[in-house]
Amino acid sequence: MIQVISLLVENKPGALMRITGLLSARGYNIESLTVARTLDPTLSRMTIVVDVDPTLRAQVIKQMNKLINVLQASDLSESPAVAREMVLLRVRSTIQTRTAILKESEIFGARVVDSSVEGFAIEATGASEKLDEFIDVMRTYGEIEVTRSGLIAVSLETKRLRLSPPVPTATTSAPPRSPKPVLAHERRTSLEETE
Amino acid sequence: MPNLMSGARMLLECLVREGVECFFGYPGGVTIPLYDAVFDHHIRHILVRHEENAAFAASGYARSTGRVGVCCATSGPGATNLVTGLTDAMMDSIPIVAITGQVHSKLIGSDAFQEADTFGITRSCTKHNFLVKNIADLPQVVHEAFYIAASGRPGPVLVDITKDVFQGQAHYTPVSAIHLPGYKVYTEGHTGQIRRAAQMIWEAERPLVYAGGGIISADASAELLELVELVDVPVVCTLMGLGGFSGSHPNFISMPGMHGSYAANMAMTATDLLIAVGTRFDDRVTGRLAAFAPHAKVIHIDIDPAEIGKNRAPDLPIVGDAKRVLRKVVKVLDEMAPEMSARSTTGRKAWWRQIRSWKEEHPLEPALSVDEIKPQHVMFELDRIVNGEAIVTTDVGQHQMWAAQFVRFNQPRRWITSGGLGSMGYGVPSAMGAQVANPDKLVIAIVGDGGFQMSLPELATIAANNLPVKIVIVNNGYLGMVRQWQELFFNDRKCAVQLESFPDTELLAAAFGIKGRTVERPEDLRPALEDAIRHDGPYLLNVRVSPFENVYPMVPAGSAINEMVLGPPTPVPVPK
Repeated sequence: MIQVISLLVENKPGALMRITGLLSARGYNIESLTVARTLDPTLSRMTIVVDVDPTLRAQVIKQMNKLINVLQASDLSESPAVAREMVLLRVRSTIQTRTAILKESEIFGARVVDSSVEGFAIEATGASEKLDEFIDVMRTYGEIEVTRSGLIAVSLETKRLRLSPPVPTATTSAPPRSPKPVLAHERRTSLEETE
Repeated sequence: MPNLMSGARMLLECLVREGVECFFGYPGGVTIPLYDAVFDHHIRHILVRHEENAAFAASGYARSTGRVGVCCATSGPGATNLVTGLTDAMMDSIPIVAITGQVHSKLIGSDAFQEADTFGITRSCTKHNFLVKNIADLPQVVHEAFYIAASGRPGPVLVDITKDVFQGQAHYTPVSAIHLPGYKVYTEGHTGQIRRAAQMIWEAERPLVYAGGGIISADASAELLELVELVDVPVVCTLMGLGGFSGSHPNFISMPGMHGSYAANMAMTATDLLIAVGTRFDDRVTGRLAAFAPHAKVIHIDIDPAEIGKNRAPDLPIVGDAKRVLRKVVKVLDEMAPEMSARSTTGRKAWWRQIRSWKEEHPLEPALSVDEIKPQHVMFELDRIVNGEAIVTTDVGQHQMWAAQFVRFNQPRRWITSGGLGSMGYGVPSAMGAQVANPDKLVIAIVGDGGFQMSLPELATIAANNLPVKIVIVNNGYLGMVRQWQELFFNDRKCAVQLESFPDTELLAAAFGIKGRTVERPEDLRPALEDAIRHDGPYLLNVRVSPFENVYPMVPAGSAINEMVLGPPTPVPVPK
């Protein structure tokens, strides 16, 4: 079953690898994944859509929260959230189909971002199923090329972000020293000295 | 004070600030600058003979002391050789910091000589890992590594450092604080849950403590003992938890699980309240999960929230440090005692009677023979001689299970074995680590002939450093545990399990300049063990044991833990 995970992550090298590694190590297939900076440039927001057995959802979130670079992991699958996806689509048009394509785009709330004699580049956002329909419709007009952004989601609840405070580093006081055993070669030297 | 120094020197300064007095390692191309700094530094370096054993030695050091063990390897093959040791520490929650050299930062990604993506390779076998490409980041990262390794649920942390960072010069300012906003450690436990736990413990008729390695990493033995004596509850300790509760205490049953005792497994099955502390309901303990502790409510105390409900959904979870949580539970139990202690007396008495009768029905008794040395006999004698006081490490397999069954541990940090990963070749190097940390204690490595041969080069390390480790090889000429499974579940089709051409022990030991001996006769066993232990210095004792002895009781894979095979005469179970 599809799980939508929203993550607030430190923007550090390897952070993405840790998260995707956690999923791939369990054999989960990632349906989509988006990452981008937040208002705080040291942090990234990630939305992951992944196919997970519902009984294991909580475990996935817990494992993600254990990652040092993850500040917060939340499951948006069943909590109040808004999820949207964007599609960029290029469609070839003929002189006969141009108006129809524009009309359909308007119905789906899509915007034309480029127009040429060959066709259009169109941008649409919405729920993933709605975009599927839009793509199906566009396909009827001819050859198309599609790039989807993957889902991004925002929770409608304010979740308190719990961060750990700084920790003082270990004190300089040395631990109890265990006596240094005499090494074989050292013993030999000391023997030679006594001779 | 001049504080301009090389990255290598800076690393050593940080290690000293973390209380590191020694580390285990093997140098190579890119770590030469580091070893150049070690040359005139007071920190002690133990040169092992294979990097995997550096990690195992660091693990033995950490487990016998509770401090972070440190190991070091060069880039490429050095780092990849650490992987088994890191995974082992990951599975058993052992605090280790591994330092690896990496090629010059300008060469990363160019397939340079001895380059490997250590950061990527070790992602899944460490609690966290770092790649340091800038000398300015080094002190911060080293302290973060130690903090992550030792706090919360402990684990291995790797710091990969490029050659130019070791060689670079920078002003060193000691780091006073580290900040890991996303690293959450829950230690205290929920007060309300703790109160409810105490209530449940008093109300239960057939309570049972199921203690794991968390007792040892949290140093919670004293608190556990207090709880057990206050409510007079029986205890089982997992393979990782042995010694967390004294093996000589009357409330101790033994280890449960696949090769656990009859009484422990029956108690697990019949209990109405399982008090699980610092344990993870591992498959080797639970057997068929659906049939595990079917009548029990479960209190699960663990520092790792992800362990709660991972395998068994608890009725009462408490996320926290075992020591702190148990201390609070004991306090509440004590407050409730006047009112509650008489509540379930009759039930409790019957429960104890039942446990005692299980113990008497099928005790763990060592097989003895006058014709040949039984492997259990070796454990029985060792237990008698060391009387719970020695540090014992093991390898993995039959001898490990027999040691767990027959050698008692009266204190924590005396039993050092590879539990979760089951890494052969762990016994000898972990004993080295434990011996370095405890130069005055008796350290015994109980190993099989298979695992011993995996760690054989370390005899040189033992000899060179004059580590008085006593290695007892329980030599049956087979990879015993695999052979046991082939016998029981694969129609006795023994394949690739016979270990022929075991070296002559006296000659082998002599070649390394240490003492060695082989015993074959039962009457020679006790004096030979006593001689080995009395010997001032390392000792290699090869005990030729009965080749076809198997470990019992045994819970066949996929069975419930009360469906034990108690001994060899029973029919061969059919694999499901």
